[in-house]
Parts: sequence; structure tokens; C-alpha cells
Amino acid sequence: MSAAREDILGRVRAALRDIPAGGESDVPIPRDYRRHSDQSRDDVVDRFATRVAEYRATVRRVPAGDLPAAIEAILRDRNVRRLVIPDDLPAAWLPGNVQALRDSLLSAGDLDAADGVLTGCAAGIAETGTIILDGGSRQGRRAITLVPDYHLCIVEEAQIVDLVPEAFARLHDAAAGGRPITLISGPSATSDIELRRVEGVHGPRALDVLVVRA
Amino acid sequence: MNIRLQPSVPFERAAPEALRNTQLRRNLARATSTIRAKRAQVAAELPDWQALRDAGARIKEESMRHLDRYLLQLEESVQRAGGTVHWARDAAEANRIIGDLVSARGVDEVIKVKSITSDEIGLNDALASRGIRAIETDLAELIIQLAGESSSHILVPAIHKNRAEIRDVFRGSMNLPDLSDEPAELAEAARLYLRRAFLRARIGISGANFAVAETGTVCVVESEGNGRMCLTLPRTLITLMGIEKVIPAWQDLEVLLQLLPRSSTGERMNPYTSLWTGVRAGDGPEEFHLVLLDNGRTNALADPAGRQALHCIRCSACLNVCPVYERVGGHAYGSVYPGPIGAIITPQLVGIEHASSLPYASSLCGACYEVCPVKINIPDVLVHLRGKAVRHHQDEDGIRGKVDPENAAMRLMAAIFAERKRYERAQRLAQIGQLPLARGAITRLPGPLAGWTAMRDLPAIPKQTFRQWWMRREQR
Amino acid sequence: MRIALFITCFNDTLFPQTGQAVVRLLERLGHQVEFPLEQTCCGQMHFNSGYQREAVPLARRFVHIFAEYEAVISPSASCVGMVRDAYPRLADLAGDAALRADAEALAPRVWELSEFLIRKLGIEDVGASYPHRVTYHPTCHSLRVLHLGDMPLHLLRHVRGIDLVELPAAVECCGFGGTFAVKNADVSMAMLTDKVRHILDTGAEVCTSGDNSCLLHIGGALHRQRAGVRTVHLAEILAATEERPA
Repeated sequence: MSAAREDILGRVRAALRDIPAGGESDVPIPRDYRRHSDQSRDDVVDRFATRVAEYRATVRRVPAGDLPAAIEAILRDRNVRRLVIPDDLPAAWLPGNVQALRDSLLSAGDLDAADGVLTGCAAGIAETGTIILDGGSRQGRRAITLVPDYHLCIVEEAQIVDLVPEAFARLHDAAAGGRPITLISGPSATSDIELRRVEGVHGPRALDVLVVRA
Repeated sequence: MNIRLQPSVPFERAAPEALRNTQLRRNLARATSTIRAKRAQVAAELPDWQALRDAGARIKEESMRHLDRYLLQLEESVQRAGGTVHWARDAAEANRIIGDLVSARGVDEVIKVKSITSDEIGLNDALASRGIRAIETDLAELIIQLAGESSSHILVPAIHKNRAEIRDVFRGSMNLPDLSDEPAELAEAARLYLRRAFLRARIGISGANFAVAETGTVCVVESEGNGRMCLTLPRTLITLMGIEKVIPAWQDLEVLLQLLPRSSTGERMNPYTSLWTGVRAGDGPEEFHLVLLDNGRTNALADPAGRQALHCIRCSACLNVCPVYERVGGHAYGSVYPGPIGAIITPQLVGIEHASSLPYASSLCGACYEVCPVKINIPDVLVHLRGKAVRHHQDEDGIRGKVDPENAAMRLMAAIFAERKRYERAQRLAQIGQLPLARGAITRLPGPLAGWTAMRDLPAIPKQTFRQWWMRREQR
Repeated sequence: MRIALFITCFNDTLFPQTGQAVVRLLERLGHQVEFPLEQTCCGQMHFNSGYQREAVPLARRFVHIFAEYEAVISPSASCVGMVRDAYPRLADLAGDAALRADAEALAPRVWELSEFLIRKLGIEDVGASYPHRVTYHPTCHSLRVLHLGDMPLHLLRHVRGIDLVELPAAVECCGFGGTFAVKNADVSMAMLTDKVRHILDTGAEVCTSGDNSCLLHIGGALHRQRAGVRTVHLAEILAATEERPA
């Protein structure tokens, strides 16, 4: 064990001399904030769609049966030819008019050369208009939703929760299991130039979301 | 001697000069009032904002009270997930550890996500002295780096630059002579310039907003996507983190990630938040190194009245609401941590005698405390640190402390107030003594009080004090 | 109810008319006021400037002098804030458990004038008359330490003949801050410039507040600038009547 480690821990313990010994938590954390939503499912999904759209992402709502057609139409409108997809993307989601690049550790250069990426997600948060990826089913690794300039994300209504605490409760096991998690709230942006918000710096500059009703 | 944390010019000398910079004044006023309004709006949107603040304050308090336990738990969790944990007592040690990690991998260029902690230790300069180029990838940090300056705001480091100035910096360093000053064009120029760096980088260096002891998860909050680039694409990731960033449990993030974006950029949620744990096969860096930094934090921790300054989550809400910061900007504070939080953190990190002007850079209006998402009582800590400054001066500065005119005046006033007859005599002396100065109003005061009458009048001291009036009335 | 007036050292010396107004007002409302002559200063200037060791004896004096009163009233939110908010901290700093106990016992009986009128006496209309155009500056201590909110405005709205006009950006600090006004005079003045601008924009003849410390600072600039606006403490407006104008 390093000398620095022992020194620092020693200094920390000496600094906390005034804290009662025993090591148990003695400061109860008041959790009186909202942890469970009282909103109807319809309101939650509506709010999700509205808030994601406020970030200048395009949001469309479709019934499950129309999903493949909707995907095909959007990708055609966006002029996406070379499409990156995670290895476990359902075949039914894949339109015929694109060249699918099934991710098996594509190089950064290959990802950069693609026109876009299509994935599902782990969850959505209505209150903040957030999409969550945890590297699980239908999402692939982090690089594929980062490097391509366009991301089409499929969100199922059942995946949407209202509040941030509800989402974090759902993600606990993924985190404890070491899965990397990314929260996405709109396309990338900066306000560093005279505080004028400019969309599209790094990360996908265009984000489309399809909210699917079962 | 940490030049990034120790003001070389005391605040009371740096501030008047900053006040005269009219462009800075204009940029700051516009920027801070804009963010102020946004923050107020999104905070008001949440019916449980105060409950979140209460929870946030307690989470941070708990983290500090048992910091050793949580650091050990964090170390174990990170190691279990395949990461390596290093400990750095001070800036020099942290720079050496990080420099060694980079050199050992035969790399001479690294990409960086914004990290004030890395500014604190002077990482870029330390790496440069070893032939390692550190490319800043946050747009504002890039602007500052290319312009050869230093940051003036925790969140919006280039707040003191307008777009024409930014255009000039980019034209020169990116070889784009025809670049306009349209923000969209400026952002595009930065994007292309940096993309090449992202795709070739082998080592990324980041800071951390939070690190969860329970799971070993590290969290970085950002807007542009450069963080995700640095955290995901390189083969090796090095994260530098002040020890005060550790939090106990995964659940605590649900509080802090609501408080932070609303308090900092005035958004419901920032565009990208990355949460990773150690290394993950097939997804992201193959190597993860977490460098835990003390560099004076244990000094702050040792002061029960001052340690709440370590609760800071670096949102900058206090900067945006401070009437002093709004008028002088960050450079006047002489530290990488400016504004109200800087005034209480800096003296505790480096010792009160090295930053004794900072606790006085405040009118104690309390606006900062009102907006702090984790309820740091900044005014209380400012007054506490003023006490430390005075006591240090009185006790440690020998004869200079004893004959200091302010000290002498304060002790004299205390003696006057201690006894009724002395106090009443002093009042009569003031009534008489003002006669040469007063012509209806007093327009010129001597010595250290001249600052008042430089810009304000003072009413003449009335011929009859309240108590003289009362005593006369009682006699009737 | 035994009521003591805590005049504050600077009101005693520089603004005796404010103290006289408080006495007149409370007597008009049917209350007897006592003035313990032993009082001097609560120690706020020393405490806030870092001379906390020197403030301890002043705190001990204070709690002793006012111990026996049922209500201690002051026309200064900042001094009341010192007693209620800072005395316990000062006692801890001095390791003086007795002072802490005395301070905590006294605190609930110490009142700023407007909160005494509204919360303790339950009065909003004090029968005042003040036919002038007035704007009100809420002080930082009244807003953020005592949390008085707009209680003073409730009192002002009932004043007959008053033309009350809202102050823009009212909650922004005027820049006084005690010794800050002298130690960082330039910044203090920059803040005061904006406060004065807002006051002049109201077209008011009078700027009022619950604290003469802020008014000394604001009035000092208004006078220097020959702006034609004067400062008057809230107590003096509330004490004014048709028979006896301010």
C-alpha cells in the first residue's frame, strides 16, 4: 500500500476527530422529494414526447405495428444509407433500403464514415426529456451512439418513467453490475459563445426518437 | 506555494481594476443575468426543490463525516471492476502520477475533458514540461487554451470573451482566415478541429463530478459530447478527482443529478451524463486509472465550521447570483475557484494567511446561500474565515499584528462599547470632533475611512443623541 | 408587556429621530417602552469583520442588559439578526455554554420593528399618514436572515396618502455590507450605483428601509449626487400622522 494512501487516510481520520466514533451513518438523509409519480401513464408519455422535442430532437409516436415502416420512412427522409446497428437489433426493425453495419467492434473511422445509428434504449425520463442507454439489449456499446452524426432511438412506452428517482431505481442493478450508463437529453449543445445556445458540437447533431405504443 | 490557488494580488487591489473593464462588465452582466433567470425558472418548476436541497445537503454532509470509509469503499469497488486507484497528496504528486502513466505508454498527446481540478494542479503545464501535449476539448477551454489565457468562471470559462474575440483566436490557431463570428460557424470550426484529435487519441484525461462508493461508478456531466469522446474512445482513461467528490450510494445520484443541471445551466437536464464503472470488456477504454487528490482538502475537512465548503458540486449558481462577482469577474479572485465558493474554499486549501483578502470580497448579502443546491451557508463560512484571518494576524504576525491600525481601532471600539460612560463620552467627542469636518454633511473623512467619503456624503452627527433625548424626556 | 427599545449604536448616535419615532409609534399604539441606558452595541461590526474574540464581551453585556424584558424591539434587521442568528455561534466559538443558553433564551423575545407590529401585535394599520411618493428597499438581512418577506410593505400600504411605488430589482444588495463599504469601496460603489439608478427610476421623493445602515449608504450617494431624493427610516413613516407629520 502506498505511503500517499496511508498519509491521506491518516489526515482524513485526524480531521474528523470531532465526529463520534463507531463509523455508522449518523446523519439521516431526508428523502422527502418525489420518488414515485402520481401522474397517469398517458400524461407521462405525453410529457416525455413534449420534453424530448423541446431539445430540438424530432419525436414521433407510432403503434408497434407501424414501427418498421416508420423507421424506413425516417431513414429515407434523413438520407441515411450506411446505418450502424447493435448486434442484437431485431431484424424486423431493419429496413431494406439501408446498408446495415452490424457492430462487431467497428473502428472509430468506420463509425465516423457511417450516416447514422439505430438503437433501442434502457429507459426514458419524462420530466427531463431524457433517454437512457445502459449497454444492454438493443443498444450496443457506447461508441456507436457517439461517433455517427445521427441517432435514431426507439423508445417503448413501457420504458418511460416520470421522475429521475424512478429511473435511477431501475438502473441500480445495471450500475452495480458495472454496465456503463449514458443519459441523453437532446442533441449536443454549447452555450460557450456569448451564452448563445448552439446545437451540434460533438456527439450526434441530429436525434430522432420514435415512441412506440404496444 | 500553489500559484493557481493563491492570489498574487489581494482582492481589494485587483477588484477596482476589473471594475474599469467595461467590456468585461457588459459580458458578465448579460451572462449572469441570463443564467440567473433560467436557474430560477427551472428550480421553481419543481414542487420538491427544497426537499431536494435538504437531501443534497445531507448526502454531502454524510460523505464528509465518514470520508475515510467512503474512500476505502470506492477504492474497493473500482478495483473490483477492473480499475486502478492512485492516491496523490498534493499537486506535484498528482502530476507525477499522471505524467508517469502517460509516458509509460509511449504517448505524447492526450485529450482532456474540462476539469477545474486539473487546472488547480496545473496539469497541462506539468505534462507540457514532459513533452506531453494536452488538448482541451471543451469549447470554452479550447478557446482559453488557444488564446493562452486562464478561466474566469467555473462553468463558462470564456465568459469574458465575445464572439469577435473568439473568431480571432480561431482564425489564428486553426488557420481559418475567412472564419466569421457567427456562433454556429465558430462551433463547427471547433468541431472539425477536435474530431481529428478524438479519433486518434490513445489516452483521455477527465475529472469527475461524483464517484459512488457503493458501486464504484464515476459520473461526468457535460453538454457538448467531448466528454463522451474522451471517456469512450481512447484505450486508456485517467480520471483526476478531489477526494470530496465521493458520495455514498447509487441512489444519491437521483438527488444530485436533479440539483446540478438546474443550478448550473438552468436546464432540466444537461445533454450528456456519463456513468461508468472500472472497465467493461468490448465497450470503452481497456484501462481505467482513478487518481484521488488531497491537495489541502483535508485542511478544510479539519475545520468543523469550514468543512461544508467541501460540499460544493461545482454548479456555479453562487457565482451567477453574486453582485460582487457580476461586477469584477473571476480573475480578480486570483484563484481557479472564484466567486463566493472560491472565497471560502481557496483559503482553506492553501491556508488563511495565503488568501486572507478573499473572505472580505463579499457584502454578506446571502444571495449565494439562497441558491446553493446543497445549502452551503457561505456567509457563515465567510465570517468564520474572517475570524481566522484576524486571529492569525493578531497571534502569528508579531509586532505587525499588534500595531495594525485596523486592529487597534477595533480594540478601541470594543473597549468603548464595553462601558456605558466610555461610550457616552465617545459620542460627545464625535459630536465635537466633527465640527471641522461638517458643513451640514460630512464630505471628507480621514485615513482608512476616506473610502466612504470618496463617493458618498455622511450626515452630520446630530447635536443630541437618542439617549440624550431620552434622558431629558425622563426628567420631565 | 415590558418592552425594551434596543436602539443600536449607530441609530443612537447618527439617527436619534428613528428611535424617537419608534417610541412615539409604540406609545400611540398603547404600549410603554423602556430604554435600558446600559446598552451600547450588539457587536455586529466586530463579529462580521472577524474580530469575534472582541465581540464576545459585547454579547455577554447585551444578554445581561435585556434579560428581564418580555420584548426587545429594534429598528434594525441586521442587529436583530446578530442577536438571534449569530450570538449562539459566537457563544460556541468562545466555548461559553452559559452565553449560548442565555442567547437562546433571549432570542425569541428579540424583534425587528415590523415583525413585532405584524406578528406580535397583529397590527397592519398603525394609523400613519405620509403623503409622499415612496419606494421601499428591503435589506439583505430582512430578506435572508430574518425572512421578513414583504411585512414592511404590508405596513406601508396602510399609510394614508402614501404613493408607494415598487423598486425594480429590489432584492439586490445595495453594497453596504458593513466594513465592506470601506475595505472594498469601489465594488461597494459599483453596486450602489445600480441601486441608486433603480431608486431614481421610480420617481420617488423618498427611499425607505428598515435599516439605517443601508440608508446611510444609499442616502450618502443620493446626497452627493444632489439627486433630490431623501432617505427616511420605515419607523419615521409609520410614526407620522396628520397631526404630527414626519
